[in-house]
Amino acid sequence: MSRFMEWVDARFPATKVWQEHMAQYYAPKNFNFWYYFGSLAILVLVIQILTGIFLTMHYKPDSQLAFASVEYIMRDVPWGWFIRYMHSTGASLFFVVVYLHMFRALLYGSFKGPRELVWLIGMVIFVALMAEAFMGYLLPWGNMSYWGAQVIISLFGAIPVIGDGLAEWIRGDFVVSDATLNRFFAFHVILLPLLLVLLVYLHIVALHKVGSNNPDGVEIKKHKDSAGRPLDGIPFHPYYTVKDLFGAMVFLVLYFAIVFFVPEFGGWFLEKDNFAPADILQTPPDIVPLWYFTPFYSILRAVTWEWLPGGAKLWGVIAMGASIVMLFLLPWLDRARVRSIRYRGWMYKTALTIFVIAFVILGYLGTKNPTRIDLFAFQNVYWAQVCMILYFLFFLLMPWYTSRDATKPEPDRVTH
Amino acid sequence: MRKVLAILAFVLVPLTAHGAGGDNANLDKAHVDLTDMASLQRGARIFVNFCLSCHSAKYMRYERMASDLGIGEDIVEEDLMFASDKIGDLMTTTMPDEDAKEWFGVAPPDLSLMARSRGADYLYTYMRSFYLDESTPSGWNNTVFPNVAMPHAMYEWQGNQEAIFTTDESGNKIFERFELVKEAKLSPEEYDAAMRDLTNFMVYLAEPAKLKRYTIGFWVMVFLLVMVALTYALKKEFWRDVH
Repeated sequence: MSRFMEWVDARFPATKVWQEHMAQYYAPKNFNFWYYFGSLAILVLVIQILTGIFLTMHYKPDSQLAFASVEYIMRDVPWGWFIRYMHSTGASLFFVVVYLHMFRALLYGSFKGPRELVWLIGMVIFVALMAEAFMGYLLPWGNMSYWGAQVIISLFGAIPVIGDGLAEWIRGDFVVSDATLNRFFAFHVILLPLLLVLLVYLHIVALHKVGSNNPDGVEIKKHKDSAGRPLDGIPFHPYYTVKDLFGAMVFLVLYFAIVFFVPEFGGWFLEKDNFAPADILQTPPDIVPLWYFTPFYSILRAVTWEWLPGGAKLWGVIAMGASIVMLFLLPWLDRARVRSIRYRGWMYKTALTIFVIAFVILGYLGTKNPTRIDLFAFQNVYWAQVCMILYFLFFLLMPWYTSRDATKPEPDRVTH
Repeated sequence: MRKVLAILAFVLVPLTAHGAGGDNANLDKAHVDLTDMASLQRGARIFVNFCLSCHSAKYMRYERMASDLGIGEDIVEEDLMFASDKIGDLMTTTMPDEDAKEWFGVAPPDLSLMARSRGADYLYTYMRSFYLDESTPSGWNNTVFPNVAMPHAMYEWQGNQEAIFTTDESGNKIFERFELVKEAKLSPEEYDAAMRDLTNFMVYLAEPAKLKRYTIGFWVMVFLLVMVALTYALKKEFWRDVH
């Protein structure tokens, strides 16, 4: 070892940390396609922070100037359009990556003990990411930015007694205004990024304490060689650093294909109505959040039963909140003896399939007018209600069907 | 591989569904071509002569237009700048908002981003869908934007149209076709071509970077695909001893 590193290591555990978390961190050797999305999420986080820094150099968080400053970035700032499209595309792809990362946990039972804290910290990251995206979406001060924020903040008004005061406190005004824009800017560029970086750090610390799960869902720590290394483990570095490097390149191909060729992504990443400046007198015909919120937005709108005590709106908000709380509870709802879908019975496989289909349909319906018929026979709102019920049944029935499911015996060692 | 395809399908299928929806089902296709410089230049001329008298394009600079469309700055200054005197100026309008509100009831919207908020097909169809209507303050109406405050700015080019409506069984007025009641400077084909040029220019105007991002994107793709191949080979090499 070089004398320089000796000098450093005497004062800072550089080599120790490197060994523990990279060169001698043993990860299962059978990671598949689904295991790229963790490192990709970090890549997107870094992209978002770097492009965000450059955007703040030219963006003006002022209701009179914000929209024009974004167009200034798009036209007059050298490569400004490139930075802005990287940031807007990155926001959507962040959710693509995170949703696939979470789905991986559902496939292979990665949330099950002893990884409950990894999952919980991850869920907090997910919620923080939603807040980050929601606040960032207001900043261009387009008409959809404005009305989207108006609708979502007004939801707090549904809470009994304190609701209206709470909504006003969040906005800093009676309507979404300059005060709202300024505080959302502060949260978007400082508070939430700091929180996200801290949470990602905690997520990895917790993961490295318990070790990574794998597609077989078996513990590699059960079988070690004489030196204490897991027989089915390989050092994260260099094996997974080179593998993830390849994954990153494939991701970047897709990412930059969108950035350069279809940055609006057919209206899914940049909405048409957001190319018109915020106008308090002109509500867009359909107020639609960006695609990554639409499953939850659908659940919010699916509760139309006015006879509920407190009114339908309150219960819509409760249902939307509950749909996210359910995810937090997964480690305790799942009673199966095995982790991986490979060794689970037909019940969990069926439930997971229905859940994914319901989630996708909810997402689709969230972009559509509830009273229209876009699927078949029934108005969108009825399909949303069916899918909402399926969504909740996946969780609420989980203790029952996972404990009765006919699981197959797990292998002793990882297979493939 | 099957899983990758499934995910791609999962991502791409809704893409078409979202684009197809909406209330703009009856628009004519604009078929604009941003590589057609002559068309963009003709469109720019129409834009500054007609649109810019009342509307602004306040996020765009004359200088940028001159260099992007290959028009000499002297030509722009002489022939295309009626509303300002410095080449670096933004394309604002000379008509004050207060006057506009008095004359038309509403200030004409800024046109910089119209092609992005409304779409090219919308603009192309809109500019060809004005018809005479005595019931409106301006004497003009539009099938794409009913009761629009804007009068037909280009009636001398297109001529005066009347709209023929039919009524369906439930009594709703349904637009059938236009009838030209007064001949104009341009033939219908020439007018359509001019409006295609104008739409083309407005698509450029809404996103000047569009002229170059495809070319840059192509080379980025080439570079990244080489990197995919190299990193794949690297991974294979490192993983040879993992069984």
